[in-house]
Amino acid sequence: MAEKTMIQAINEAMRQEMERDERVIVLGEDVGKNGGVFRATDGLLEQFGDRRVFDTPLAESGIIGTSIGLAVNGFRPIAEIQFLGFVYQAMDQLAAQAARLRFRSAGRFTCPLVVRSPYGGGVRTPELHSDALEALFTHSPGLKIVMPSNAYDAKGLLISAIRDEDPVLFLEPMKLYRALRMEVPDEPYEIPLGKARVVKEGEDVTIISWGAAVPLVAKLAVEMKSKGIDAEVIDLRCLQPLDIDTIVESVEKTGRVMIVHEAVKTNGFGAEIAALISERALFTLSAPIVRVTGYDTPYPVPSVEDDWLPNAARIFEGVQMLMRY
Amino acid sequence: MFDQNQLPFDMVQLLDENGNGDEEALQQFSDEFLVTLYKWMRKARVIDERLLKMQRQGRIGTYAPFSGQEAAQIGSVLALEKEDWIFPSYREIAACLAHGLPLTQIFHYVRGHVLGGRTPEHLNIFPIQIIIGAQTLHATGCAWAAKLKGEKQVSVCYFGDGATSEGDFHEAMNFASVYQVPVIFFCQNNQYAISVPVHKQTASWTIAQKAIAYGMKGVLVDGNDALAVYKTMKEAVDSARNGEGPMLIEALTYRLGPHTTSDDPTKYRSAEEAEQWRRKKDPLHRLRVLLEKRGLWTEEKEEAWVAQANDEITAAYEEAVAAETGSIVDVFDYVYGKPSKLLQEQQQEAARRKQGKEVK
Repeated sequence: MAEKTMIQAINEAMRQEMERDERVIVLGEDVGKNGGVFRATDGLLEQFGDRRVFDTPLAESGIIGTSIGLAVNGFRPIAEIQFLGFVYQAMDQLAAQAARLRFRSAGRFTCPLVVRSPYGGGVRTPELHSDALEALFTHSPGLKIVMPSNAYDAKGLLISAIRDEDPVLFLEPMKLYRALRMEVPDEPYEIPLGKARVVKEGEDVTIISWGAAVPLVAKLAVEMKSKGIDAEVIDLRCLQPLDIDTIVESVEKTGRVMIVHEAVKTNGFGAEIAALISERALFTLSAPIVRVTGYDTPYPVPSVEDDWLPNAARIFEGVQMLMRY
Repeated sequence: MFDQNQLPFDMVQLLDENGNGDEEALQQFSDEFLVTLYKWMRKARVIDERLLKMQRQGRIGTYAPFSGQEAAQIGSVLALEKEDWIFPSYREIAACLAHGLPLTQIFHYVRGHVLGGRTPEHLNIFPIQIIIGAQTLHATGCAWAAKLKGEKQVSVCYFGDGATSEGDFHEAMNFASVYQVPVIFFCQNNQYAISVPVHKQTASWTIAQKAIAYGMKGVLVDGNDALAVYKTMKEAVDSARNGEGPMLIEALTYRLGPHTTSDDPTKYRSAEEAEQWRRKKDPLHRLRVLLEKRGLWTEEKEEAWVAQANDEITAAYEEAVAAETGSIVDVFDYVYGKPSKLLQEQQQEAARRKQGKEVK
């Protein structure tokens, strides 16, 4: 076992699945010769050739739409959308076509497609590169949504996504691509979709998060401990399917809930979690649910993004508010 | 100034409006083929008229009639092999039937059966597409897959003139040509996208000429001439099957009825215009004249074919009505391979309600 970055783990997952199953192909903008703008697909063209790895024309709808046809006729495409902010151009093909194919054909056709896309802030990108748009897709029945927060999870979850029979949107926090190294097994392994990870156990407050925000939350939870607040941190890993049992179990134990996500607050997926908790565990709560999220503006320019994103100050303030009740 | 005359497109036609054509060219079609073609078109017209009537009676839901487009649909689909793929929009019922879709399944679809969108396992027919032009990319991807696997299936995408304004159409043409995949883009230019005439849809003189910019062959064909459509399509299919890449076919035709049962075409086009197409250019009329000349058509035969079509429709409709329509409980089964816990809970709630039990 070696220490790997998230981008290395993602690359390894694709390579190993392509070795295992010749139906797995990779397509997208700059994924071939260039190896992807973040090098996620580095070396795949050299190893598998231009009948398995495709530098496509620059067209997001075209990439997803043709992937649907490829999936229906026997392949398992991994399509890359270069930055999640560009996904709007493929919105119909992803949310209305890929997601609904099983339903529209009443099970005759399925769409085993993985759409990978980097997302997330804090890396000073130009406009429409950093946006966290996961909530848009949780509103499209038929899609699965996976958001890893570390290299180990990224590899196991991506392998599961590639082997899944349904279309999976796999969102990769670009800030974490090379931020950390961790032990990642060399051999392929699966992490089941829909199983959350308890990052840290605790008694006082449950902090639920996913994707890019998780390492920050985990780090702050350690600091909180030294200040006498014992937080339980849950990394959802998947928004669809959602591990509601782990959430409810934790809330019943702590009675206090904070939800941290990068996406804008209104109609963010945090709102759904808060609603589910109120349906299932309202009377175990000792305090109102607190959300620390991006603000309800378009993702801002680099000079203010650190203040816009959920950060240490906002998270601490939220926890203190919860603990005052 | 740019002159579109620099892009000449002659319309392929074998049979004129009066059923006349070059005898030598017409000799290539056997009597048997001509009768098959005509019988399919006749049957399609009867089905369309019956479905329209049924919608007015409230026996089926919203319906998009295709009368006037029988030559384009039947002529093109008869040029395919059974294993070829078709990607239809909502107006390609005739093409679907002639490619093998059971009529009962059409009734399931228009009656809103839970399984109405399921095409039989052995038939390569994609579910009917509602979003304009979205299927152009699916057909391209499917054809791309066939090419990568070394299989000989051709994918045919059906769409209307309105779809050629959509981005997906252009992205599909581009991908198809870059990868040289065996897909045929078959546009039925029926002159109107609901109410908008084709000259307001595009400033190019023909849709076929759009192929040039993508580096593929484009052909303009008289879409009401079933023989010209068949011949053009056959050449396109053979060429795609031989690895010569995609093709765009524009079949110039006319929808005699409304866009769907929800609009009134008299608001956006003149009665004279529709009548002229009905009287002079009807695809059934001109083929019938040819059949008559060859001694293949009589009033009695026509009546028998219509009666047979009507019997088939009645039987298919009765079969569809007798079948279980499915229930709300079933729809949860087709969202994911395995439903999530939250989805299962909703399914259980729906099932309890369906059984009339109180919901906790």
